Amino acid sequence: MPSFEYAPAPESRAVVDIRPSYGLFVDGDFSPAADGAALKTVNPATEEVLSEVAVAGEADVDRAVRAARSAYEGVWSRMSGTQRGKYLFRIARIIQERARELAVLETLDNGKPIKESRDVDVPLAAAHFFYHAGWADKLAWAGLPVPAGRAEPQPCGVAGQVIPWNFPLLMLAWKVAPALATGNTVVLKPAETTPLTALLFAQICQQAELPPGVVNILTGAGATGAALVAHPGIDKVAFTGSTDVGRQIARTVAGSRKKLTLELGGKAANIVFDDAPIDQAIEGIVNGIFFNQGHVCCAGSRLLVQESVADEVVSRLRHRMAQLRVGDPLDKNTDIGAINSQAQLSRIVELAEAGEREGAIRWSPPCTLPDNGFWFAPTVFTDVSPAHRIAREEIFGPVLSVLTFRTPQEAVTKANNTPYGLSAGIWTEKGSRILWMADRLRAGVVWANTFNRFDPTSPFGGYQESGYGREGGRHGLAAYVREA
Amino acid sequence: MVATTADPRPEGRTTGSPGAVGAADSGTVLDPARALLGTSTVDDVSLRRWLRALPGVDEVGAGARAAALSTRSIKNAAKAWALDLTVRMTDLTTLEGADTPGTVRSLCAKARRPDPDDPACPQVAAVCIYPDLVPVAVEALRGTGIRIASVATAFPSGRAGRAVKLADVADAVRAGADEVDMVIDRGAFLSGRFGQVFEEIAAVREACQVTEGRGDKGPAHLKVILETGELATYDNVRRASWLAMLAGANFIKTSTGKVSPAATLPVTLVMLEAVRDWFSLTGQVIGVKPAGGIRTAKDAIRYLVTVNETAGPDWLDPDRFRFGASSLLNDVLLQRRRMAVGAYAGRHHVTVS
Amino acid sequence: MAHDGADGQGPARLEVRKTHKLYVGGAFPRSESGRSYPVADAAGGFLANAAMASRKDARDAVVAARKAFDGWAAATAYNRGQVLYRVAEVMEGRRAQFADEVSRAEGLDAASAAAVVDAAIDRWVWYAGWTDKITQVAGAANPVAGPYFNLSLPEPTGVVAVLAPQASSLLGLVSAVAPVVAGGNTCVVVASETRPLPAVTLSEVLATSDVPGGVVNLLTGITGEIAPWLASHEDVDALDLAGAAPVPAIPGSGLDWAALEASAAATLTRVLRPAGSGPASDPSGAVEPDWTAVPDGPRRILAFMETKTVWHPKGR
Repeated sequence: MPSFEYAPAPESRAVVDIRPSYGLFVDGDFSPAADGAALKTVNPATEEVLSEVAVAGEADVDRAVRAARSAYEGVWSRMSGTQRGKYLFRIARIIQERARELAVLETLDNGKPIKESRDVDVPLAAAHFFYHAGWADKLAWAGLPVPAGRAEPQPCGVAGQVIPWNFPLLMLAWKVAPALATGNTVVLKPAETTPLTALLFAQICQQAELPPGVVNILTGAGATGAALVAHPGIDKVAFTGSTDVGRQIARTVAGSRKKLTLELGGKAANIVFDDAPIDQAIEGIVNGIFFNQGHVCCAGSRLLVQESVADEVVSRLRHRMAQLRVGDPLDKNTDIGAINSQAQLSRIVELAEAGEREGAIRWSPPCTLPDNGFWFAPTVFTDVSPAHRIAREEIFGPVLSVLTFRTPQEAVTKANNTPYGLSAGIWTEKGSRILWMADRLRAGVVWANTFNRFDPTSPFGGYQESGYGREGGRHGLAAYVREA
Repeated sequence: MVATTADPRPEGRTTGSPGAVGAADSGTVLDPARALLGTSTVDDVSLRRWLRALPGVDEVGAGARAAALSTRSIKNAAKAWALDLTVRMTDLTTLEGADTPGTVRSLCAKARRPDPDDPACPQVAAVCIYPDLVPVAVEALRGTGIRIASVATAFPSGRAGRAVKLADVADAVRAGADEVDMVIDRGAFLSGRFGQVFEEIAAVREACQVTEGRGDKGPAHLKVILETGELATYDNVRRASWLAMLAGANFIKTSTGKVSPAATLPVTLVMLEAVRDWFSLTGQVIGVKPAGGIRTAKDAIRYLVTVNETAGPDWLDPDRFRFGASSLLNDVLLQRRRMAVGAYAGRHHVTVS
Repeated sequence: MAHDGADGQGPARLEVRKTHKLYVGGAFPRSESGRSYPVADAAGGFLANAAMASRKDARDAVVAARKAFDGWAAATAYNRGQVLYRVAEVMEGRRAQFADEVSRAEGLDAASAAAVVDAAIDRWVWYAGWTDKITQVAGAANPVAGPYFNLSLPEPTGVVAVLAPQASSLLGLVSAVAPVVAGGNTCVVVASETRPLPAVTLSEVLATSDVPGGVVNLLTGITGEIAPWLASHEDVDALDLAGAAPVPAIPGSGLDWAALEASAAATLTRVLRPAGSGPASDPSGAVEPDWTAVPDGPRRILAFMETKTVWHPKGR
C-alpha cells in the first residue's frame, strides 16, 4: 500500500524583508539605543540569526515616555474619538493587507507553525484593531466611570506595556488597540526573543501616518521592561507574562497611582466527562495543550478525565497525537513548531524529567525532530497525582498531565486546586452540568465543549495568581480609563 | 431462522410500542447484533438504548476539525498519487430519469478509459446506475474489473412498500449488479423506528446474498445510503451509521445526490469516525462513500486527507472508500493533465461522458 | 457613672457596662491574646476598653471568612439583597444607640450624628438593591465572530480584608463593607483604630440580622499591627486600604500603604488603594473621602469582583 506522505509545503520567506538591524521606535522614527546596546534575535527552528535589535536602556525609556507624554498632551488626547478610531481602522486594514508578511515573520521569529500565525495570530490581531477602532468614539456608552464634569471616560495617559513571546503580534494588538481607542499613548516592549513583528508594526504605524509618539516600541530584555514599568511618567502598566514577573511588577507599582493589569500564568484543567462528545473532546484536548507548542498561558495542561472513560480517552488521545506533525514551522502542514528558546526548552525538559522521577508515566508518539533548533515532542503523562510538579507548575510547553476524577464535585475540587485561575475546559453533553461546573470553576475563562477560543469582543483574564484585569470586550476598556 | 418475536403489525405502524425485528432471516446479522446490544431482542427499545449510548457529536467542533483538515497542503508526488487514487475510488454515476442504454454505454466507456490520451490513467472503481440499466453496463464492462453499482429500494426517496423495495434489489442483483446502493427509510429513522430500519437493511442484505442467475459473480456488496441531508444532525448521522453497520452494511454512504446538502466534509468525518470505531469494536472493515457535491480535485484531496487522518491510511483504498460523483472525474483528469503537461489544461481535452 | 444615692432616692442602679469583643465566624470572642486597649471619645475621655486583636485573631477571621465564602457566594442575589436589607432594618431599630456612639466617637452633635446613622442605614439599603443588578450592569453577552454562545459575568473575588476608614467610624465602615458583601465576598474588617465602638455595635446588628456567620468578621485593635498580616495572607484575595489614609484629626493615623500593597503582590492579591491622587510617598496623597454622598456608581462592588467568561458552541 502506498503511503500518503504530505510533501513539505513551505511558505515562502521571500515575502518578508528583514533588515540586518533595527533601532528603537520612538517619536515616529527608528533610532539606535543611547548606549548602542543591541541583541540578536534568532529563528528558534534553525538557530539562524535573523537580525540585531537595539536594547533600550533607562535613557531610551525616558526618551520614549517623554515622546508618548508629549504626543498624549499635544495630539492624541485632544483628538476626537472619531479621528482616533479612523487611525485604528487604518492600522487594522494594513495588518490585513500585510497579513502574509506578518505571518511569515512571526513564524520565523517565534517558531510557531505558519498555519497558526496565518489563521489565528494575524487575523485576530487585525480583528482587535477593528473592534477597538469602533469604540473610540462610543466610549460614553461603554458603562465606564466618567469623571465629574466630563462627558465621557478619560484616558489614563501614557501606558507602559510589556508583552510576552508566545503571541508577539497578537499580544501587541491586545495591548495597543484598547489603549489607543481610549485615548492613551503607549510605550510597548516586545519580548526579548520575538521583537520583529512589533518592529514591523512600528512600520505599519508609519504607513498609517499615526502621529509620532502615539506608539513607541522599545526592544530589549527584562531590564528594559523593569525600567519602563518603574518610570514615573507612566500612568498605566499592562503586562502579560509569567506570574513571577507579574509579582515583581505589582511590587514595583505598589504605592503609586499607576493603574495595573496583569495577565499571567495558568495551569488550566480540561475536564472530560464520560458523556462528552468524545471525538471533539479529543480535538479539544489536543488543541488545548499542543496549540502553539503549549506556549499558551491558558493551555489545558491538566487533563481531568472521569475514571470510567480514562483508558478510552487516553488511548484515543495517543492515537491522535501520533498524527501530529512536528517540524519546520514554515511548512503549512506542520502542527507543532519549535520551542521558542533554549531557555524555555530547558525548563520543559527539566519538568518532564521531574514528572518521570516522581513516577508519572511518560509517552510521546514516535517523531523525528530536526537537528538544529529547539524542539520537544508532544508528550502526555499518565498516572499523575495532584502533588506532582507536572500537575502544579506551569510547564508552558507541549506536555499534558492526565489526572482522573469520579464525580463532578471531585472534578471541581481538583480543577480549583491551584493558585492559578486563568481558564478551564468542560466536556459533557449535559447542559445543566456545564452550568453547574462553570459556576464553580475559579477561572476567568471557561470553555465548554470547546477550548482556546479567542475573540476581541470577549473579555479574557484570570482569577487569583493568573493576574487581574480583563482584555477584550467592554471590560477590557476599563483597564485604560481613569477610575473617576 | 426467525427472530425471537415477530411483529404482526404492518410496517411503519410500530410507533408507541417497540417492533421487533422479524424478517431478516439471517443469523449472520442478528446474532452479532444481539451480542453487541447485549439483548435477546433487536427491537426499537434495545436499538434506541444502544444508539443513544453513543457519544454525541458537537457540530461546531466537528466542523472545526473538518476545516482544519482542509488546510493540509498536498503537493507534487503525493498529489499525483492522490489524483490517481481518486480516479480509482470513483463510482462514476448517472442517475437521471433521462438515462438511456446509450448514455450508460458512454459512461462505461469513460469508466474504462477516463483519459483517452493517457493510457496510464487508471480506470474508475465502479459505475453507479439505476437497476433497469444494469444489463447494459454488464455488457459494456465485461472483463474490465469495473464494478457495477445499482441503486435500489425505491431510490432516492425510499418511499415504497418493503416488497417493492426487495423486488427492486432482486432485480438489480439478478441483472448482475456487484453492489447495491440502498436508501434507508429516513421517516422511520427520524421517528425512532430503528427496528424497522434495521430490519429493512438486514432484509436487503439478505437479498444481496442471492447468487442464483449471476453466473460466476458472488453476492452483491451492500452500500447503505443514510441521506444525511435529511437526517439533519451529526448525532443522527452517527447513529444511522452504527445502525447500518449493525444491520450488515458493507459500506455506508452519505447521500443520494438528490437532496441538498449532499456529502459534506464534516458528515464524512463523522462517518469515518464511525467505521474506525466499529473496526476497533468488531474487527470488521466497513467502507465509506461520500456522494454528491464533490466536484473538484481539491475537494477530493481534502476528503482523502480526512480519511487518512481519521480512519487511517488503510482506508485509502477503493475497497474502503469511494466517491459517488459525476463531474468530479473530469476535474481530476484536468489536474492530472496539468501536472503531466505543466500547463493549465483546457476543458475540451476531457471527454463528456 | 455610679451614683451613691446622695439625692435621697436610694442607691442608684449600677450601670452594666458592655465588654467590647471581636466578631469572628458569627461568634463574639475576646482576643486570643487577652489584650484590650482603652478607647477614648472625641474629647479624650475614657469610653471603654476594646479587644485588641492579634495576628492570630486575624488568621482565625480569615479562616472563618473562607469557610463562609462558598455558601455566601452561592446564595442567590435576591437572597443577598434581602439579607442586606435586613441589616438596615435591624440598624434602624438601634438608631439612637448608634447615634450616641457615633457622636461620642466622632465628636458630632446629636443632629449630625443622627444624620450619619441615617446615611449608614440608607447605604445598606442602596447596596441591598445592587445585589441582583450588578450582574446585569457589569455582565455582557459578547458577539464573538463564530458559532459560540459567549457570556461574561461578574463573580465575587473571595475573601476581602478591609481596613475600615479611620475617621468615619460607622458610615465609612458601612460604605466599605456593604459593597464587599453585596457582591458575594466575605470579609475580615479592621475597624477604625481609635473609633471602634460603632463597629462593635454593628457586629451585634449583623449577628442578629440574617447575615451568615463568617461573612463579615470584625476586628478591633491596632490597624498598623494587623494590616500587614492580612496584606501578606495567602488566603486573602483582595485588600481594601481605605483605612490606611491619614486623618488630620487623628494623630498617628495613616499607614505605609505602599508596603501593604507591595506585600499583597506576593499572591497577586487585588488592592483597592486609598482614595486620593498622590503616591504613597506623598503624605497627602491619600485621603479619607467624604462618605456622606451616595456613591456615584457600583465601583466599590466591582473592585471586588472578577469577570468570568463562558464559551459554548451553538450547534444542532
